[in-house]
Amino acid sequence: MTPIVRIPFSYRFGKVWRRNLVTFMRTWKVNFIPPFLEPLLYLLALGLGVGSFITQVEGVSYPRFIAPALISIAVMNAAFFECTYSSYVRMYYQKTFDAMITTPLSIEDVILGELCWGATRSFIYALLMFPVLLAFGVIDLPSSFLIFPFSLLAGFLFASLGMCFTAVSPGIDTLNYPSFLLITPMFLFSGTFFPLNLLPVPVQIVAYGLLPLTHVVAVMRGFCLGILSLDLLLSITWLAIASTLLCPVAIHLMKKRLII
Amino acid sequence: MVVAEELEKRFGDVVAVDHIHFQVEEGEVFGFLGPNGAGKTSTMRMIECVSPKTMGSLTVFGMDSEAHPREIKQHIGVVPQENNLDPDFTVRDNLIQFARYFDIPVDEASRRADELLSFLQLEEKKNVSIEKLSGGLRRRLILARALINRPRLLILDEPTTGLDPQARHLIWEKLRGLVTQGNTVILTTHYMEEAARLCDRIVIMDQGRILEEGTPQALVKRLVGDYIVEADATVEVRNCLEQHRIPFDTAGEKVQIVTPEPKLITTLLLEECHLEQVAVRPASLEDVFLKLTGRTLRE
Ligand SMILES: Nc1ncnc2c1ncn2[C@@H]1O[C@H](COP(=O)(O)OP(=O)(O)OP(=O)(O)O)[C@@H](O)[C@H]1O
Ligand SMILES: [Mg+2]
Repeated sequence: MTPIVRIPFSYRFGKVWRRNLVTFMRTWKVNFIPPFLEPLLYLLALGLGVGSFITQVEGVSYPRFIAPALISIAVMNAAFFECTYSSYVRMYYQKTFDAMITTPLSIEDVILGELCWGATRSFIYALLMFPVLLAFGVIDLPSSFLIFPFSLLAGFLFASLGMCFTAVSPGIDTLNYPSFLLITPMFLFSGTFFPLNLLPVPVQIVAYGLLPLTHVVAVMRGFCLGILSLDLLLSITWLAIASTLLCPVAIHLMKKRLII
Repeated sequence: MVVAEELEKRFGDVVAVDHIHFQVEEGEVFGFLGPNGAGKTSTMRMIECVSPKTMGSLTVFGMDSEAHPREIKQHIGVVPQENNLDPDFTVRDNLIQFARYFDIPVDEASRRADELLSFLQLEEKKNVSIEKLSGGLRRRLILARALINRPRLLILDEPTTGLDPQARHLIWEKLRGLVTQGNTVILTTHYMEEAARLCDRIVIMDQGRILEEGTPQALVKRLVGDYIVEADATVEVRNCLEQHRIPFDTAGEKVQIVTPEPKLITTLLLEECHLEQVAVRPASLEDVFLKLTGRTLRE
């Protein structure tokens, strides 16, 4: 063994990121519709429909309560589904990663590029939802601008989480399990459409301890409503630590799968 | 260029490459032949620095394959056995996109892309999406892609499998051109004719081991002989040959007699054994291959 310390990452991860950006932008018209349409539909159905039965939740109107949750969910879905189904297709069916690693790109570059792209998709979604929510008057300026850098952090976490499942999934169908068993419960039980404190205490503990979306929603809500408290910092720290842990795990698992 | 010593590759309990030694010199075409599952692709992937070796040593351009993968990969062009063109891009964009991975500036990349498209006669298809290409065109595009970084070493894993004779001849011709320019080529193939035409030296692998190594002509001469006379394997022919104490092999419906003097044997068969038909042909690499690796299926 040669005692050479080799840094597995390089600036080249940006090339993988760019490849995905190029293909995404080619179909930008279809890709840009959901982030515009989703908040519209949700605000109409839940905000005006359900919201008419609810005067106030935690001191704010119902549409204002769910608006940050809508961004959070979009951020989660964008990164998670990009790095599960889409990455799986690139990895397994298109053999894109196999081709890339015959060039100076390392597998670490490839996966990091994919994760950064997942985070970027979350950012793009947040960016596109922003004007819609602003037009409805359900988010406040200027604190709401903070959701943009935050969507990158949150997106990176969900991208890493998704990539872990991609790495261990025997087929593309088995990726349905994490979608049903993790993403759907998170969608409902992370303080998204009703306050968490309505739930039994053990469920609250699980939600705060294990569900990243809980923290994402808490932070987004703080930013969108302009309530910046110390709790937000705690949540951001939780998310940063989780990303720092999950990203290397995702890369390790992918390496184990692809480098044989 | 490439030196392998005691090179081993295992997949769990399967020994895909079993302590092989070989050395590829600069400027030569080096062929790996062997039945399915012999370990050719496993060996190629180790040289490409995409699959880690289990044991032994492997250097490419004088660098250890696991210590310097980026530096090595920068100067290698790879045609993998399985197509992996990027279906999200057109023919030309596949080349441009690949050039990016090698840090080739974009104007240089488009110059090279156009050059390669005309080199492999793909210009008409340059804006076509990959899904619309036939298998043969895909293979040609993969070869073009492998050349985008002007590699010093080309690694081709069954480059012509599935190609029609025209396309195969085109690729042979292009490869010969590249070799005259000083490129080094390592290739695997199941076409013995291709190996005999293209390769300066070949190794024949079976079950992870290298059985023989040499130039195609030398291997044919040493392991088989000069000419092969073939006749129908009837009882009369066999009896007749045994009577005249001529050694022969049976291959399916035919008897084969290896000889440096095909005239003598032919005359004998026609006159003494009263045969109507005999065929004489020079011994070929295929005979060597079958002799070394047998006639039974491997996988
Ligand atoms: N990823 C893998 N996991 C387990 N075994 C493998 C793997 N890849 C190859 N093998 C095994 O290693 C052996 C050598 O395979 P390899 O692909 O190198 O053969 P080959 O000479 O290229 O064959 P072919 O002519 O069919 O392409 C085979 O027994 C194969 O089953
Ligand atoms: Mg093979």
